[in-house]
Amino acid sequence: MTTILKKPGFNPDRKYKIIGTSPVKHDGFDKVTGRAKFAADAFLPGMLVGKVLRSPHPHAILKRIDTTQASKVPGVKAIITRDDFPEIKQGTGGGDMTRLAMAREKVYWEGHPVAAVAATSESAAKKALKLIEVEYEVLPHVIDPVEAMSPDAPILHDYMRTKGAKGPDAEKPTNVVERHALGIGDVDKGFAEADVIVEGTFDTKPMHQGYIELQSCVANYSDDGQVDLWCCTQAPWVYRDRLTEILKIESSKIRIQQSELGGGFGGKTTFYLEPLSVVLSRKAKCPVKMTLTRVEVMRATGPVSGTQSTIKMGCKKDGTIVAVDSTLVFQTGPYTGSAFTNAPQAMLTRYDLKNVRTVSYEVVSNRPKVSSFRAPCVPQVVFGVEGLIDELATKIGMDPIEMRLKNAIVEGHKTIYGETFNRIGFVETLEAAKACDHYRAPVPKGQARGIACGFWFNRGGETTGSMNLAPDGTVTITLGTADVAGSRMSMAMMAAEELGIPVDRVRAVLADTHSLGYNRVTAGSRTTFSSGIIVVDSARKIITELCRRAAKIWNVPEEGVVFEDGVCRPASSNVGEFEPLSIKDIAHKTTYTMGSISGHSEMNVTGAGPGFAVHIVDVEVDKETGLTSVKRYTIIEDAGKAISPAQVEGQFQGAAVQGIGWALNEEYVYGSDGRLQNPGFLDYRMPVASDVPMIDTVIVEVPNPKHPFGLRGVGEVPLTPAMAAIGNAIGHAIGIRPRSLPMSPPKVLAIIEEARARGVLPAG
Amino acid sequence: MSDVRFEAPSSLSEAVKILAGAKGPSRALAGGTDLIVQMENDLLEPDLIVDIKKIPELRAIKPEGGGFRIGATVTSMEMIEDASLCAKWPGVIDGVKLIGSIQVKGRATMAGNLCNASPGADSVPPLVAAGALARIVGPNGTRESPVEKIPVGPGKTSLAPGEIIESFFLPERPRNSGDAYLRFTPRTEMDIAVVGVAINLTLDSAGVCTQARVALGAVAPTVLLVDECANALIGTRVDEAAIDKMAAAAAAACKPIDDKRGTREFRIKITSVLAKRVAQKALERARHTA
Repeated sequence: MTTILKKPGFNPDRKYKIIGTSPVKHDGFDKVTGRAKFAADAFLPGMLVGKVLRSPHPHAILKRIDTTQASKVPGVKAIITRDDFPEIKQGTGGGDMTRLAMAREKVYWEGHPVAAVAATSESAAKKALKLIEVEYEVLPHVIDPVEAMSPDAPILHDYMRTKGAKGPDAEKPTNVVERHALGIGDVDKGFAEADVIVEGTFDTKPMHQGYIELQSCVANYSDDGQVDLWCCTQAPWVYRDRLTEILKIESSKIRIQQSELGGGFGGKTTFYLEPLSVVLSRKAKCPVKMTLTRVEVMRATGPVSGTQSTIKMGCKKDGTIVAVDSTLVFQTGPYTGSAFTNAPQAMLTRYDLKNVRTVSYEVVSNRPKVSSFRAPCVPQVVFGVEGLIDELATKIGMDPIEMRLKNAIVEGHKTIYGETFNRIGFVETLEAAKACDHYRAPVPKGQARGIACGFWFNRGGETTGSMNLAPDGTVTITLGTADVAGSRMSMAMMAAEELGIPVDRVRAVLADTHSLGYNRVTAGSRTTFSSGIIVVDSARKIITELCRRAAKIWNVPEEGVVFEDGVCRPASSNVGEFEPLSIKDIAHKTTYTMGSISGHSEMNVTGAGPGFAVHIVDVEVDKETGLTSVKRYTIIEDAGKAISPAQVEGQFQGAAVQGIGWALNEEYVYGSDGRLQNPGFLDYRMPVASDVPMIDTVIVEVPNPKHPFGLRGVGEVPLTPAMAAIGNAIGHAIGIRPRSLPMSPPKVLAIIEEARARGVLPAG
Repeated sequence: MSDVRFEAPSSLSEAVKILAGAKGPSRALAGGTDLIVQMENDLLEPDLIVDIKKIPELRAIKPEGGGFRIGATVTSMEMIEDASLCAKWPGVIDGVKLIGSIQVKGRATMAGNLCNASPGADSVPPLVAAGALARIVGPNGTRESPVEKIPVGPGKTSLAPGEIIESFFLPERPRNSGDAYLRFTPRTEMDIAVVGVAINLTLDSAGVCTQARVALGAVAPTVLLVDECANALIGTRVDEAAIDKMAAAAAAACKPIDDKRGTREFRIKITSVLAKRVAQKALERARHTA
């Protein structure tokens, strides 16, 4: 069946007409003119406004909720609380999910929903929220994951026992969800061979995905129990199935239409408002629209895991890394789901290491549950790993890129997690970095340079899509993956290339959940790869059918027809003399042949090619204030084959900017009361345009042979080394490398003072 | 946002009358760059908003007695685009330029910045250093107040109910005067001062400082006008020793808190660093103005 996975048909000598160009995106005009419909642009007649009442406490028992007075406010049509949701056992996947949507026994973070109101106006809804009486029994709270691991920390869930723990600890209530060990070889033996050993404890702070579009949805629960839901999501099918699980509504009765997405970065893989709006709509018997405010987004939607990594690393004088030992801690919010096992798998995968030990812990605390973000949990640990490699390179006097080349993996490498790599391009990426203008240029006076490398698996997974040929010879594609970064255009380009028609004759649209089979979440840098395979497979099915129709029109055997350059021709002169038939010619005659032509494909896609990147960054540090300015930044990365180079560059550049923010300033500030003090862009300091230089890019193309055009995912790799590269640059500027994010002015100034005291940075 | 009464009178007397008659919480609206944001975030729920942008005499920058009178609803961009104001009071413009983005500056006013009473307001330290006077109109008539007397604490002003700022007056300056303002923020723009320092000084023909005013922002509940800093400069040639002494006095004067925008310790250090940089800039300007 799924022959394309076995025979992708990659041809290194193929000359492309469309792949590798950067046409204007078909969805681009509407976005720049403001006509694109995002989730908040959905309107239905009779629509109510829904608002959420949130806990002011980070940890409390929810003793009583009284909505009597609130329900008397004119205009209020429905109020929902925990009583409106089916009970699902605590500590199960569904149990966690329903409690994240609406608190039941306890509230677990400041901002946890405790009730929601639907009313005819926002002011009526807000008035009602104020009149809902909630009685809390406030409990001690814990925010920091390392503090949450201490024996006297407040326990969030009495029922929790550490998965993977051994001995007496395994029996005690704990905040540690899981202990996960992964390794190879003999670490002690490895360190015995080392000439130089470095070690350190690094910490990174939770950061927010920072999408501009606020989550919004409109739910319409009809009188006969059908749910229509419009929302911004990276995972329509996942949302549907989760709604089925926690609301006990059959999937065939839930139809989700994804809107344009104003940024997701992993943050729109988890629902917040959707279950509330469905239940409000059912109770109010009207459509209900809910939109988060920025403050709510900051207080109650998924940030990224904060981490602490203690890492020890040794190398020989020639640069060979001989051993790595690490203990890693990951914050997950009140429930499991940080995807923390990505980290031990990816943190060192690019180096050929014989002796590695990792022990990782996932820890609950009183913060909003973390959500995915470009390479979940990986950039955090790379900050430590690449920092220590930089220290080793400095100590043995080796060029940092040469040190990485010395240890770089190549095709055939078996990873720590068991996968054996096909063709990979890490060495080519390092060589390209060494040769690029930025690395060859001398470091400008007053500045310092850092480099770091990163890796991401890239993913495949369940994917479904359809392609239809219209009678005028144009093509439409129905996609199940979300368009988080211009993938509709990449799909149109791949279809046009395969069919041999201009890209303007193809349009791709995003399906609702009734229109296609299951599609896995749009994440893991899987979309252009997986849906791309579906698109090429569908196009090939259309081509097969086109040949069959040409044979019918010419009245020749099917094998007597070939498809080349967008036309069907006789396979040889023996078949007969016929004018070639274009797609348009055949499409025009489908009514007279066997009816419409379409291609459909569904498969669990495999063969995603891993990606590697090198970042080079020049910084200037103001030694009197600790302020770091990023002066020059270059990303060198293997894209396999850039379908649309402009979009690949956009991925690289966006990741660098997010990395700069995470590295330098982004931080949640909590008061001793466990309440967030900076829930907005004014004081949660994401970079602004003038904080970043133009990000230069070098696209390396070492094709992935498992894709018809050779592409690799590029969404996540480019974030992984960013903070490490900036940290290394700052370290070279001030003599001591920072080990804690954000590397904000007060922290860098304190390190400068320490460096001066230790004599590693000249005074004045 | 709850139900709110909105008025947009075309005369100052009418605006004062409406505000003075308010029973619940009320606010005058100029650019709205703080007010609307605070209402959106439910930090403020006024019953009455009086838009004062329709009052013609509040909308202009006018020469007056060798100085300038700047109406309360003159926007930051209008100030930045006024060449003669920029030439005379570059330090005041330094502060105004740092507020928000170009879009925000297209609406934001100094009167709003002052009445929002944030200790980190960027236009306030340079106004204080300039010795600017605010003209206040209220139910009991008109009064003049030094700018530094208006904020009395974070979010609180000395304005009585019904009083609004009508205009600011920047006086005529002697020859060889210069002013400057710098702030420290982790980002290049769209940020709130962690520390702000404004210095306004005058030199005599021999280059000796005859007058100085030094104002510090974001290091106390209100902007501080520090006499010790001024005294460290007056009578000197504003040389390194004098500047160091002034910077030390600035660090000694600040009474900052630890908050989301910076720690106490960091603010004190940065105050001293900025004070030196600002002094150099003001000095350069004083030497190069006729």
